[in-house]
Amino acid sequence: MDSLFQRSLDDIIKGLRHQQAGESAFVSKVLEEVRREIKSTDSHTKSTALQKLTYLHSICFVDMSWAAFHAIECISYPNFTHKKVGYLAISQSFQESTPVILLISNQLRKDLKSNVEVEVSLALECLSRIGNLDLCRDLTPEVFTLMASSRIPVRKKAIGVVLRLFGKYPDAVRVCFKRLVESLESSDSPPIVSAVIGVFCELASKDPKAYLPLAPEFYKILVDSRNNWVLIKVLKIFTKLAPLEPRLAKKIVEPICELMSKTGAKSLMFECIRTILTSLAEHESAVKLAAGRINELLIDEDPNLRYLGLHALAIVAPKHIWAVLENKEFVIKSLSDPDPNIKLESLRLVMEMVSESNVVEICRVLVNYATKSEPEFCNVILGSILSTCSNNVYEIIVDFDWYVSLLGEMSRIQHCQKGEEIENQLIDIGMRVQDVRPELVRVGRDLLMDPALLGNPFLHRILSAAAWLCGEYVEFIRNPVELMESLLQPRTSLLPPSVRAVYLESAFKALVFCLHSYLKSAHGENGEASGTTLIQENHITPDSVLHLLNLIDMAVGPLSGSYDVEIQERARNILGFTELIKPVLSDSLHPQDERHKQQVEASKMVRLLHDTFSDELGPVSMSAQGRVPVPDGLVLHENLADLEAVCGSSLPASSATISFEGSHNVEGATSIFISDQKEESEPSSESTSLLAEHRKRHGLYYLPSEKNTEHHEANNDYPPANELKSGVTVSNDAQDLAKLAEQSFLPKRKSKQVKARPVVVKLDEGDVLPISSKIPQAKDDSLSEAVRDVLLGNKAAADSVIRKKGKEKLNAKEQEDDLDHMDSQSGTVQNPVKERSKRSSRKQNADEGDHGGDKGKQKRRHRHGKHRTREGVQNPPANVISQTPVPDLLL
Amino acid sequence: MIKAVMVMNTQGKPRLTKFYEFLDFWCVVLCSRAENVSNFMEADSIFGPDSRLVYKHYATLYFVFVFDSSENELAMLDLIQVFVETLDKCFRNVCELDIVFNYSKLHTILDEIIFGGQVLETSSAEVMKARISLKLYRISYQNSFWLEE
Repeated sequence: MDSLFQRSLDDIIKGLRHQQAGESAFVSKVLEEVRREIKSTDSHTKSTALQKLTYLHSICFVDMSWAAFHAIECISYPNFTHKKVGYLAISQSFQESTPVILLISNQLRKDLKSNVEVEVSLALECLSRIGNLDLCRDLTPEVFTLMASSRIPVRKKAIGVVLRLFGKYPDAVRVCFKRLVESLESSDSPPIVSAVIGVFCELASKDPKAYLPLAPEFYKILVDSRNNWVLIKVLKIFTKLAPLEPRLAKKIVEPICELMSKTGAKSLMFECIRTILTSLAEHESAVKLAAGRINELLIDEDPNLRYLGLHALAIVAPKHIWAVLENKEFVIKSLSDPDPNIKLESLRLVMEMVSESNVVEICRVLVNYATKSEPEFCNVILGSILSTCSNNVYEIIVDFDWYVSLLGEMSRIQHCQKGEEIENQLIDIGMRVQDVRPELVRVGRDLLMDPALLGNPFLHRILSAAAWLCGEYVEFIRNPVELMESLLQPRTSLLPPSVRAVYLESAFKALVFCLHSYLKSAHGENGEASGTTLIQENHITPDSVLHLLNLIDMAVGPLSGSYDVEIQERARNILGFTELIKPVLSDSLHPQDERHKQQVEASKMVRLLHDTFSDELGPVSMSAQGRVPVPDGLVLHENLADLEAVCGSSLPASSATISFEGSHNVEGATSIFISDQKEESEPSSESTSLLAEHRKRHGLYYLPSEKNTEHHEANNDYPPANELKSGVTVSNDAQDLAKLAEQSFLPKRKSKQVKARPVVVKLDEGDVLPISSKIPQAKDDSLSEAVRDVLLGNKAAADSVIRKKGKEKLNAKEQEDDLDHMDSQSGTVQNPVKERSKRSSRKQNADEGDHGGDKGKQKRRHRHGKHRTREGVQNPPANVISQTPVPDLLL
Repeated sequence: MIKAVMVMNTQGKPRLTKFYEFLDFWCVVLCSRAENVSNFMEADSIFGPDSRLVYKHYATLYFVFVFDSSENELAMLDLIQVFVETLDKCFRNVCELDIVFNYSKLHTILDEIIFGGQVLETSSAEVMKARISLKLYRISYQNSFWLEE
């Protein structure tokens, strides 16, 4: 009765289409119905409910894991339509972890053995989607039988399932592999070959080495097959195999070239090109031919082909840059293509072409182009410039002044979102390259001065770097007072607290520097006349000192009550210092009298701090933290749960230490780390330096910092390398690009280089984050081992067969015996396969009794054979396959 | 391997989804792409490393295949064509409505072409043959004639 009033799937679809807004209400109503209907005992009602649920699951993404058991019930119905609904539900919703999955094992076996082709297909499909270890192990024998089926569609699918079996249950290799290899030779039925090659392509992509012995079979297909799909897959296999065996590469290069020039199918041609470029790149003539075909792709109207052509160029670029250079006009023109893929690919190629000699021109054009692109692509361009230029510790940069001003220019681009990367590079360069510091400070100052930039959150990281640089290298600033003003301008309230803390610290450094040079010069007027030039250039007069102190009172004063710990602490440091220095200084600002004595005291205090700040900081190795020996008695992994109880609510007080530790090995956070270090050293009386002492103790973790001596000379007469705004002129991109295209990418401007490349400090190690070269292989190992066993085992078995042939004839049981043999090879794993196949062999051979003794002997011999193969496998090292010669008929 | 097949209309409504590999999350990948641009997209960020995506636009529908480096990009485009051709033969001038209302038929056809992520059939004639044999079987078996698939 239920089914009379049940809504069909069509009703649901119609209903969904008529819902304008309340779709989810409708869905939940249907779900409610489904929950009720699915419990019905009527097979039709149940399967319709399940069908509706499956539909909702795949279209509206509702959960259907709760219906797993009902789906299993459906596949057990005799009616094919119901069964099909159940199978669809299972393959759409089951995962390996579905708890009831093992319950379908028996039903699957039944359907796999069915006489009805479509039922077998359903079961195979299901297994290929959801098979887990247990299912694959249980059903391997059935699949093995089906692999020899006379019905092509079934056989094809059985072969397809093998991939899943191997992946989940590697021991299946010992059962099925031989038949799989045999199927390679069934040239009479193309669908089978196509399926097998597909399987081998997947297998070889994971562990190519193991399949090297099959190269002759693959080669035969490469030469004989006319099916483009099969050829593409064979080429994929050879792409993996060729690098392992040079003789193989030599052998296949000719047929592939021939295929490439003859075929009319673009897909096959592209695959040929890709194979040659990735795996046969040493064969110069083949690469030339491939390059010719790439040119054809590049001028095609179809954007897909143009894109793939560029993609192919990107593959060849690392080894044969000439192929890219030949097409450089096209590549650069493609930067302005409307197609995003083509744009990206050509950008990648342009970056490949960058070298020491042309980096300046290319970057200038690209930055110009970025300003005119849409935000997304603009950032892609900026990102690739940044990563290319910083590659291998700024390998290709000769003129750092130029690069630093380029960074400044980039940060001013409207859509720039690369703040973090630019910040890291600015600081990194500042620490590594001494000679560029004046220019860095100039760029930083320009950024800090511009109040408009403070409103752009993407720039905050860059501003933080600029502030840190200007504070750290304040001696290069022409006008420190002006710097102080920009560091303390009211709009800094727009900055996030972490950046603001950096601003404050830099202001502190700048203040100390101003006072120091003021006092030095004042002192100089009396005695030594050393600092006079400096004082004039720095515009520090008694008035400006007063102005500074007032400025600090006004701007920093309110911050001493800030809620942010970093800001509060730093603000108080500054205020505390000014409080201390004011009385002594204010006297000295007034003319004459006791002036001299006071001044000495003031300068003592200032010098103390100045010395602290002027210590050189070098880059820290990434692995430095690891090299610090853990002191005795320090338990790093101690449970800190009771800490809270001890400290109570006063935890925030320790936050400075926390940030100190946190930023220890993160280069990006060095600024905070550094200022923390200084702050900590400040309160102690012998401040001249904990830092210096620390460095003396742990000297090995730092670079040998070359003491800079000539900074002051370099300071003011350093010519700006590049006019900041000169690049951003009116010329349109087309012109720019054309200009760039005209410029050869070959080194030709070398003669123009006037300046030598400055010293870039490098660490021996730890400059680059260690790239984990670990490849997850756990599973494949067992698979490839099994494949290896079988492939070599086969050979050994074949040998023994030949040897035996002389003595006695092999009877019809050979095949079964072979299977037995393979089973017994797997020895360690007792699986049902063995028993069942034995049973079947007994059933089939009625004359078992007659040959009983015979078979026993054979068995024993096989055992021997097994022994031999085992030895053969175990004695040589694990890479047997690589040493197994590829048979001579091929090479 | 083919990792997923999706059909959706121009408004981003899914019409068919089939995953051959468990994918963490699904999102409507369609963005407004101009006509006459290449049909590929890098899909690593959505479908995991080594994933590529190819789509083809027919009238109101997008056909999307997600695949990895074991497949040829242009061959995948061809495969979409094979799929659509087969649908066309099956429904005579296929339109979005056919696809909306023939949910299980669509799966059956797709299963003939792609099997557990592998391409098993590339000729729409063969797929049609398989469908006919399925139909014949059903007619001979039919004991529940009121039930459409």
